[in-house]
Amino acid sequence: MNKLVRLASVAALTLLGACKGPGEAPKEEAKTDAAPKTEEKAAPKKADTGPIKVGILHSLSGTMAISETSLKDVALMTIESINKKGGILGRKLEPIVVDPASDWPLFAEKARELIQQDVAVVFGCWTSVSRKSVLPVFEELNGLLFYPVQYEGEESSYNVFYTGAAPNQQAIPAVEYLMSAEGGGAKRWVLLGTDYVYPRTTNKILQYFLAAKGVAKEDIMEEYTPFGHTDYQTIVSNVKKFAAGKPTAVVSTINGDSNVPFYKELANQGLKATDIPVVAFSVGEEELRGIDTKPLEGHLAAWNYFMSIDTPENAAFIKEWKEYVAANKLPDGDKRVTNDPMEATYVGIKMWAQAVAQAGTTDVNAVRQAVAGQVVKSPSGFEMKMDEKNHHLHKPVYIGEIKAGGQFNIVWKTEGPIRAAPWSEFVPDSKNKVADWQYPWLCGNCTAAKASGF
Amino acid sequence: MTRTFLLTIAALFLWASQASAGPAEVDQALALLSSETHVDMTRGIADLAVADPDKALVVLTALEAGELKKDGRGVVFLETDGKVLQASSLEPTTPSGNARTIALNNTSRRALSSTLSKLRLTAKRVDVRLESAKRLTEYPDEESAELIRTLIDAEKNADVRRWMALALAKVDLKSEDAKLRMQAAKSIQDSDDISLEPDLKALVVPDAKGHYLEKDAAVRAELDRALQSVQRRIFFINIIANTIYGLSLGSVLLLAALGLAITFGLMKVINMAHGEMLMLGAYSTYFVRERLLAAGPEVAEYYLVLAIPFAFATTFAMGVLLERLVIRHLYGRPLETLLSTWGLSLILIQLVRVVFGAQNVTVANPDWLSGGVELMPALVVPYSRIAVLSFTLLVVAFVWFILRGTSVGLKVRAVTQNREIAASLGIATRRVDMWTFGLGSGLAGLGGVALSQLGNVGPELGQQHIIDSFVVVVVGGVGNILGTVISGFGLGLANKILEPSVGAVMGKILLLVLLIFFIQWRPQGLFALKGRAAEN
Repeated sequence: MNKLVRLASVAALTLLGACKGPGEAPKEEAKTDAAPKTEEKAAPKKADTGPIKVGILHSLSGTMAISETSLKDVALMTIESINKKGGILGRKLEPIVVDPASDWPLFAEKARELIQQDVAVVFGCWTSVSRKSVLPVFEELNGLLFYPVQYEGEESSYNVFYTGAAPNQQAIPAVEYLMSAEGGGAKRWVLLGTDYVYPRTTNKILQYFLAAKGVAKEDIMEEYTPFGHTDYQTIVSNVKKFAAGKPTAVVSTINGDSNVPFYKELANQGLKATDIPVVAFSVGEEELRGIDTKPLEGHLAAWNYFMSIDTPENAAFIKEWKEYVAANKLPDGDKRVTNDPMEATYVGIKMWAQAVAQAGTTDVNAVRQAVAGQVVKSPSGFEMKMDEKNHHLHKPVYIGEIKAGGQFNIVWKTEGPIRAAPWSEFVPDSKNKVADWQYPWLCGNCTAAKASGF
Repeated sequence: MTRTFLLTIAALFLWASQASAGPAEVDQALALLSSETHVDMTRGIADLAVADPDKALVVLTALEAGELKKDGRGVVFLETDGKVLQASSLEPTTPSGNARTIALNNTSRRALSSTLSKLRLTAKRVDVRLESAKRLTEYPDEESAELIRTLIDAEKNADVRRWMALALAKVDLKSEDAKLRMQAAKSIQDSDDISLEPDLKALVVPDAKGHYLEKDAAVRAELDRALQSVQRRIFFINIIANTIYGLSLGSVLLLAALGLAITFGLMKVINMAHGEMLMLGAYSTYFVRERLLAAGPEVAEYYLVLAIPFAFATTFAMGVLLERLVIRHLYGRPLETLLSTWGLSLILIQLVRVVFGAQNVTVANPDWLSGGVELMPALVVPYSRIAVLSFTLLVVAFVWFILRGTSVGLKVRAVTQNREIAASLGIATRRVDMWTFGLGSGLAGLGGVALSQLGNVGPELGQQHIIDSFVVVVVGGVGNILGTVISGFGLGLANKILEPSVGAVMGKILLLVLLIFFIQWRPQGLFALKGRAAEN
């Protein structure tokens, strides 16, 4: 009998060991160049000649692993390609991958570990709550974080560069599009989201924005569902009743898994995209990969990059990604796609590399000065600039219709990149706030304009 | 017959008010229609229908099907049934240069649907006319009103006529002519179309200053009556809808919990890996579908027929294996069972991640389960929900039969009621435990098949359902299958009755608060076991 128990536990342990999953931390750390490492050991004092350590802080396990693993992969790809060209300042980059396991307090712990290991910069985080949890650490230890995901704004930190979209680079243009004759001229709005900080804040901004555009209160319906909600029967039938009489559009900040039952329910209750279009801010190529896209076709998504953008730069980016996936035998192989946060990670790393080369050092203060105003040619074909003042990227906005097969058909785009407004002009509390990190004006949420005229 | 035909022609002519179906207008409309902006396309679609309705029907049908293209010279042509026809003349042509398909967006698609509905209002087939008339009630405009006025008297089918009248009334309610408004108000008296509610409300409810949008008191009284009947209708639909949604949610809860009612309810094993059995059932469905897809899409349509026994067999075997390896050593030690089954659940999740990947997998509904049946206007019950509800009832019947009608079931009940006496009567209690646990797991697998039709299939699928499942079993009364059935449906209904008034988030919280009180009041659940078995 005891033998059996032992056998079972041995089997269980082996299983656990085997389940470490492909592409996790230890493997990645082992992959870095052996040569520079020994060099570093030989001269531990002279930090300026060894490899430059770069932290990568993305969840590789837990609920966010689905989205964040690709960001880790694309970061490693970009670092590898920089190393192939000889690195920066004659030094190779050494990626240090840690796994905060979709656990928000662990993000802060791992961030502290990374900065104390003297990484020059950290690329990481996805959810707003993880960013909020690492923020005090980066500010306390004067670290540098590049955050690659679209977020709710109302924030600006001296220690963070935001390469994802602020609300005026995603949510507001999408709503404007749906209001226009081109987009269907919606008069009624359903703001539907998962119950946490990003949807709540975005919807607050949209409420103010719609009010400014003259939409009456009774023409806006706001609904939240818990994380992992699967039963959308009541909500969809309410949307249907609400939409009777006036052209209506749904703005969805429903997060992750709940999207599938939501769109399925829409299709099953006979709500077509032509009648009630749904524009989503969290549904991209990667999210569409695991699902049957039939019920989603014709619905919209707003992003700053789509895999279907037809530019030579994007073709090169996709080719580089596909080759990297094949060479490293990443799971799912040729089914892997590119998406907006991956592009933002890619642009962010290149931008940081340029800044280091320009500053001639990896010192955080010098690099921070050099990143402002830095320009990178992005896969979307535009020259993307890091704003000199507010630490946010200038980005173009695209609206795409979901096609069969999980790709997007671009139906609208801005003329060029637009400047981010981290503090929304539509929210009374933040209307007068200024984010300006340009020397000598160092302030993320000042309420007065720059002083002058003394 | 001839008269109808003549009327039709006359109607189309009237609609095409300037009866100058010149080729120039057609070309102009086609140029607009094939332009880059959707606002122009929308105009082009309307213009084409006016310029030449017959051609428009052919061209626009092709546009809807994605068969309309523009070649390198800017000539618009359509490719239908292997034939290539020039759009302006409908003569065969050979396109030159790079052809591009004319793509629609939601705006132009809507314009297309409205225009095509008008064109098809004179179609020969009744169902096409009915569909068109229905669509037109969604886009009320002067043009369609004019068209309907000329067609409605000649229309033979009563259903089509009813929808036409509704579409007409929607336009006429806003007319300047009080007589037309009165007529419209009368014609909507018994339509009970709930999409009228906001319009009617705007007309008969006074604004802040006490002004009415509808000035004529007689018309207003008539509208008021219509509004009341519509509102009664909405109230009625809401009750029916909430009941159906509640039963449907309840069936999902029940199906997820039924396996647990056996492993936890009967065997008192706190089985944290129960959710993973659901997940394995869903993945079995995925596996079967993938295998059948390789054989051909026609075969794969019926993957559920195979998936049900396969999922049951897989999870049954898994349950038996777990019982043999782990759980049997821990009977009577709830804390250790809890921890080890929780560990097992983590192992199973990782195992699935390694084998199938961390991404969710696609389990598309078969075509015969997509869509739904419209019980009433604004109340569509999806086929997948109906299927899950009936499947649940079948599974409950199956469990009932096993426990009450077979000798295995008799032994299971004997062992769970009094293990020692059952053993002394010669029942191999250990073996019965194994079968019981297997049965519970197999039922969870069946639940997984159903869940794969409603939501996501991913490694974390089970985690979402485990808490709900325990709640259902505890509320129903541990050890009582009937209690589980009632509590599953009861919780589903309660949830759906609360949701419309307080929202999904508050609804769930409220329900959990109510549960706390309920458990205090009846710690044994709805149906407490009576007798000696309960005292152990």
